[in-house]
Amino acid sequence: MARKLPAKDVVIIGLGWTGSILGYELAKAGLDVVAIERGPWRDTATDFPPAYAQDELRYAVRLDLFLRPDQETLTFRNNAGQTALPIRSFASFLPGNGVGGAGVHWNGQTWRFLPTDFRVRSHLEERYGKDALPADMTIQDWPVSYDEIEPYYDRFEKLCGTSGKAGNLRGAKQDGGNPFEGWRSSEYPTPPLKQGLGATLFAEAARNTGHNPFPQPASNLSEAYVNPLGMKLGQCTYCGFCERFGCGNYSKASPQTCVLPALLRFPNFTAQTESEVTRINLDSTGKRATGITYVDTSGEEWEQPADIVLVCAFALFNVRLMLLSGIGKPYDAQTGQGVVGRNYAYQTTSSVNLILKDKNLNPFIATGAHGMIIDDYNGDNFDHTGLGFFGGGYMGFGQTNARPIQTRPVPAGTPKWGAQWKKATAETYQRACSLATHGSSYSYKDCCLDLDPTYKDRLGRPLMRMTFDFHDNELKMSAFLTERLADIAKAMDPAELTPAPRKGPYNMSIYQTTHNTGGTVMGADPATSVLNRYCQSWDVHNVFVPGGASVFPQNHGYNPTDTVGALAYWTADAIRDRYLRNPGPLV
Amino acid sequence: MTRLTRRSLLVSTAALLVAGTTAGRARTLSGGMPWEPGTATPPALVRPGPWMFFTSDEASLIEAAVDRLIPPDDRGPGGKDAGCAVFMDRQLAGPYGRAAGLYMKPPFMPGAATQGYQMPDAPAARYRTGLKATADYVKATFSGKSFAALAPADQDKVLGGLETGSIALKDVNAEEFFELLLANTQEGFFADPIYGGNRDMAGWKLVGFPGARYDYRDWVERHNEVYPLPPVSIMGRSDWTLRE
Repeated sequence: MARKLPAKDVVIIGLGWTGSILGYELAKAGLDVVAIERGPWRDTATDFPPAYAQDELRYAVRLDLFLRPDQETLTFRNNAGQTALPIRSFASFLPGNGVGGAGVHWNGQTWRFLPTDFRVRSHLEERYGKDALPADMTIQDWPVSYDEIEPYYDRFEKLCGTSGKAGNLRGAKQDGGNPFEGWRSSEYPTPPLKQGLGATLFAEAARNTGHNPFPQPASNLSEAYVNPLGMKLGQCTYCGFCERFGCGNYSKASPQTCVLPALLRFPNFTAQTESEVTRINLDSTGKRATGITYVDTSGEEWEQPADIVLVCAFALFNVRLMLLSGIGKPYDAQTGQGVVGRNYAYQTTSSVNLILKDKNLNPFIATGAHGMIIDDYNGDNFDHTGLGFFGGGYMGFGQTNARPIQTRPVPAGTPKWGAQWKKATAETYQRACSLATHGSSYSYKDCCLDLDPTYKDRLGRPLMRMTFDFHDNELKMSAFLTERLADIAKAMDPAELTPAPRKGPYNMSIYQTTHNTGGTVMGADPATSVLNRYCQSWDVHNVFVPGGASVFPQNHGYNPTDTVGALAYWTADAIRDRYLRNPGPLV
Repeated sequence: MTRLTRRSLLVSTAALLVAGTTAGRARTLSGGMPWEPGTATPPALVRPGPWMFFTSDEASLIEAAVDRLIPPDDRGPGGKDAGCAVFMDRQLAGPYGRAAGLYMKPPFMPGAATQGYQMPDAPAARYRTGLKATADYVKATFSGKSFAALAPADQDKVLGGLETGSIALKDVNAEEFFELLLANTQEGFFADPIYGGNRDMAGWKLVGFPGARYDYRDWVERHNEVYPLPPVSIMGRSDWTLRE
């Protein structure tokens, strides 16, 4: 029997980016807020000190900062004809764990979606005809427009101190920025990062082939910065230990560097760590949440009553918690009915691997989000007529590291071990680099999340089951993008060029990206969405999923974090300015 | 629903760190950032000494194998002198060997290749059975000899046979075992020396990786120049230590 705690105004499930942003905004508004986090407390000085943060084995290979599958994992199958089996060790994607969540281990790549991405179905049908999209493709317009979200992108980028160069300031094109991006109300908070040789060579090749290179927007900061919360960030040192690592320099934006010290100053905010929320509790009508139940490390159950419940875990675990709590109708891929678990999508990535002639790239000098990129083949920035697919992605040089356990390329045909391997490894390391494409992943009727019938977690609750495979649309897109990238790479005059377009079937044992999206989609129609345009549950009005990537109706050709942060601020404003005045459905 | 009001703090959250403060225990945090001395968790330095996981027979096989996987040459030491076997020994004796943190609940069923590794045995157990099966194969094939006693060319033949699966091991998938052996050997060659391998930073010197330097601001725009500083480990460098 759970012991009941004194009630709070707001309970936040998960203290990552969205949890800390909502916590700050609502504590500032005077509400009594508690955040329940299942992982440990983490801060820069204690947990990512430069004395030992740069440890490839511990953090990048043994995955020290990530969720342990014995605490929670998923089962996976490519299609409904297979039996889903548990992901026993994470590989394809790596969910974070602990305070800061994915905001600790991300690379800092800070991209906005395109204005047309927000109305992708309407846009594509208008341009290519009503019947152009495959029948089983379930992409849908966002319930918010780019113009509505722009101020919130701006706010999140200022929180992070993002480094970059605008390409479009209030409609006026800017030299040196991304000519395809949506309008920006202001320039990036800090100027672009410096670029190494690889990125410079790519930019030159891209320009010479008629493309439009620009520096990748980076939340690893080019210079010291104080954000609007008074948090001080330091200059990035290009240490090459970014993705999968916490930053010891206070130069990668994270809840730790950007929000938490300010948040913990509020006497009306409390964080409870190492405590796993097991369910959201509903009253007898099923239309109002009464709070949550969690289990602490000693196995004791606690009930935390609250007036507002904010679901701020990682995208996948938001979906599972909604399924376990019975909020919203579970999706059934057979009938296409139901909403929770619908429109699970991912990201379609690929690479072009190069070995250059007589170059010394110093590839270990890197950050998570430096690099030179082109956006010519993203979204609908190019004419898709006759191509046989929709969608696209950005591409370019953005190699994040050359840590040698995981990054030491050799020429094609080299043996995997022995004298020849050793010689090739020594001779190639300084000359090799990888270019990448980062493509969209549209949603489909059969790609979904539900509860597994067989496998359980340590607390006896069913694991969530993922059914996912790449569709022809995405594989064709990846082939097209990879070919374009290889064409540009040829202009870099490489000794060896190996295009690696994404091929099916989707393989759970190969790292691709941790951009899992959908499952608690926001939308305009309760028949095809779990949340309304304010990220509020259609069914239980005091439950919000404030902007985690589970709210994305499909995934576009960019990293999700900027959109996640923008939607967190969007939801915080809706709760503070509208919901508190008149608690009830906002739509 | 109840009216939303700001409630006074009734529960025990006013003070810093009320609940248990040991790492891994539930904690309640409020009123400011928690600063506590002694809560960081640096890696433990692997010290030389007796084998902690391998038997002496297993260790001699492993030391011979890692020296073929990464042979010594004029570019630098091989796997044995770089400490790869020591690295693997300590890893297998620790949480990695036990598959700590992985999802190990049944039922175990073979799946599609896209579903990842699905067997119930942890790395330590895989080495025990894999090394025994390899030793038995060598003994039966090379008239009673041990792997370490074979000529290098024969050692390569055995390793190559495991790699391609052309050698069948009893009750062990040879290809999977070889893949594990090779991955751990290369981890040992390139991981920070604090874990017992990459001795004298041999792996990093081979490729020109400066290790734990952590600050290259002056070097980002010095294109095509060779970075001049030698590598450094998270425990420093041996020549930083004062000698009598």
